[in-house]
Amino acid sequence: MSKTFARLSGLTVGYDADGQTGAALEAVDLEIVPGERLAIIGESGSGKSTLALTLAGLLPDNARVTGHIAWPAYGEAPLAGRDYGFVFQDAGASLNPVLSVGEQIAEVAQRHLGMGWHEAYGRARHLLERVRIPQPDAALHTYPHQLSGGQRQRVCIASAIAARPKLLIADEPTSALDMVVQAEIVALLEELVREDGMTLLFVTHDIALASGFADRIAVFRAGRLVEAGPTAEVLSRPRDAYTASLIASHIDLATPPLVAEDAA
Amino acid sequence: MSVLSRLLRSPEGAIGLALLSLLALMAIFAGVIFPDDPLSIVGPALVQPFTDASLPFGTDRLGRDVLAELVHGTRASLAVGIAAAVVALVIGSLVGTLAGFAGGLVDEALMRVVDAFQIVPSFLLALAFVSVAGASLPVVVLAIALGAWTAPARLARAEVLSIRERDYVAAARVIGMHPLEIALREVLPNALGPVLALSSVIVASSVLIEAALSFLGLSDPNIVTWGSMIAEGRNVLRSAPFLSIFPGIALMLTVLGVYLFSEGLAEALAKRRARA
Amino acid sequence: MSAPLLSATGISKTYAGGGRRIAALDNASITVGRGETLGLVGPSGSGKSTLARVLLRLIEPDAGRADFDGVDLLSLRGEGLRATRRRIQMVFQDPLAAFNPRATVGSALTDPLRIHRIGNGAEQPAAVARLLERVGLDPTFASRAIHEISGGQRQRVAIARAISTRPELIVLDEAVSALDVSVRAKILDLLVGLQREQGIAYVFVSHDLAVVRAISHSIAVMDAGRIVEHGPARDIVANPQSATGRALVAAVPRLLHA
Repeated sequence: MSKTFARLSGLTVGYDADGQTGAALEAVDLEIVPGERLAIIGESGSGKSTLALTLAGLLPDNARVTGHIAWPAYGEAPLAGRDYGFVFQDAGASLNPVLSVGEQIAEVAQRHLGMGWHEAYGRARHLLERVRIPQPDAALHTYPHQLSGGQRQRVCIASAIAARPKLLIADEPTSALDMVVQAEIVALLEELVREDGMTLLFVTHDIALASGFADRIAVFRAGRLVEAGPTAEVLSRPRDAYTASLIASHIDLATPPLVAEDAA
Repeated sequence: MSVLSRLLRSPEGAIGLALLSLLALMAIFAGVIFPDDPLSIVGPALVQPFTDASLPFGTDRLGRDVLAELVHGTRASLAVGIAAAVVALVIGSLVGTLAGFAGGLVDEALMRVVDAFQIVPSFLLALAFVSVAGASLPVVVLAIALGAWTAPARLARAEVLSIRERDYVAAARVIGMHPLEIALREVLPNALGPVLALSSVIVASSVLIEAALSFLGLSDPNIVTWGSMIAEGRNVLRSAPFLSIFPGIALMLTVLGVYLFSEGLAEALAKRRARA
Repeated sequence: MSAPLLSATGISKTYAGGGRRIAALDNASITVGRGETLGLVGPSGSGKSTLARVLLRLIEPDAGRADFDGVDLLSLRGEGLRATRRRIQMVFQDPLAAFNPRATVGSALTDPLRIHRIGNGAEQPAAVARLLERVGLDPTFASRAIHEISGGQRQRVAIARAISTRPELIVLDEAVSALDVSVRAKILDLLVGLQREQGIAYVFVSHDLAVVRAISHSIAVMDAGRIVEHGPARDIVANPQSATGRALVAAVPRLLHA
């Protein structure tokens, strides 16, 4: 794991609005290691989604980027779909409502893997099975609005990995879902990444969620990288007070209740 | 930054505002610039434009000052256009809001009335109304409004139906606000924005319908209108085309000004909303 | 235990759509004790928000009854309903959507005072200032527009609006779900503090069992419109009896220290 998958140096991104430029990311230096699961943690306004969009080349027109991103793994800027897959927070909005699930996934495989339509459609069926959509044969013909939020996100994941990319970027993929579905989707992503040897960039506001599967954690606040390091190290010995406060704010079932227990 | 300065920064908004301001000034000060009746005879007939400094736009078949007629014609066009739009918007918003709030049978009945008005071409409706009720300024205004109130009614109803389901309306119910106050304070002001955005389209089409009506002779004969000027010039179209061209250009500039202004305004408002 | 503040029994609500009938609520029953918090937890589509809105009479159920301190909540109409609303308030998930886009902080807080004639026009500005201070905001916020302030501040204003009428019950529908974790912790502290101080009961609706556990005395687990489990918070978390309860417990992300 000595090689570098991608290297960000001095990356600064700002958005032009009303003649003023507000910085969404400031002087970020970060390396992505091949095959790792890197979690990008931050609250609203931290720049974590801007980072994901910058890596994917999906920034809006009014964004200004300075600094450098090197992609030793590809040699050139990667191509969406072929070199990396992107999973958005809002699965409903990222699927085309007038194409069937099978068509959307097969399209990616056809375009980037040079498959014929029949073969690509077969791959779509296989992918639906891999993301554990029940009755994949029937599901090929369904439309996004007929699926639940969790199933739609599974379809998005299938479409993101359809061209066997080396990198999967997931931008808050579970924030719009309930906890039970969130746990299922995270388990699915972990399994797919492991099986296919993909590098995973997982953007989330939930440090505990990331702690369950990330190799490394990078914490962002107000556009700056606060700290980055192996998950266990960051969690047990946070170097920054902000990371410590994020950890302290976490609530799970072991957290002492805020209300007195004697009632009821 | 204010909406006005945003408006002025977009080329559409600046040009539109300039055109409309010029027209408004002409309408307001028509009586000062040309205090005499524009229908009075001031010189020989059919003086070509740009030949006589005292009659820069020349004269028509009866020797009337074309420039004075044009400037006074601004009044009729703008007054009828704006008045018809106001009447259409008020009727439309009230009917649409009532339908959206009441729902059920009231909604059904009102929307079928809207349908009935909408299937008749608005110009035919105005034509029929004016020929029955007689050509006078209020009748023309009402005739044009009759064909224009359905679009704001539909839009107001759709807005009310959507806003009714918003959380802030639920929040108003939770704090015990009276339904009438919810309608007037929570729903109506927020439903009006998109409806008002229609106003420029209605003003522009009202100006055109008014011109068409007066072209056909269905306007107050004692008032100069651009439509009647075009009709008047039609008889000497070959020898004196300027008699039809000048009011035609005035008409075009008015409609263009209204459209550009509304375009710029919509953009400025959208930017303000995006910032909020 | 004395008589509960609120007891809703057999609440059912069916939506007809696309030729199908969907049971949003199927014979759901809950009780809320005075000054206590009932956590209402379940996966999305389980009917928890629908039940919350039935309690506020924002949605009319097909069947069931709700007894609120001796008042038959579901039979109230018109003026009687509006007067009773003073006693039951609500905080919504999205604090931006929950205010009139034209509102200022001051107008949003004055409305309930004016409607329920709490103090006269001269006293209300001071009351608004006190409410703002109580939820941790500077009284000068009163002149700010709702859309100018941050999400966490907006939710504080929403809580101030909810406590302005001195209610006995506040229904919180995913009230902290849209907030950053650091803001969330402060809002939860504020809610617990208000409960201790004013004896307000909460119905706390959330899909996050961990947050529900942190703030609730008892918990009702919902799935497919039914209450599948209802009991003391401690018992539900330690030993969930229903499949949904077990799935919710298992789904809570744990912070894994090395």
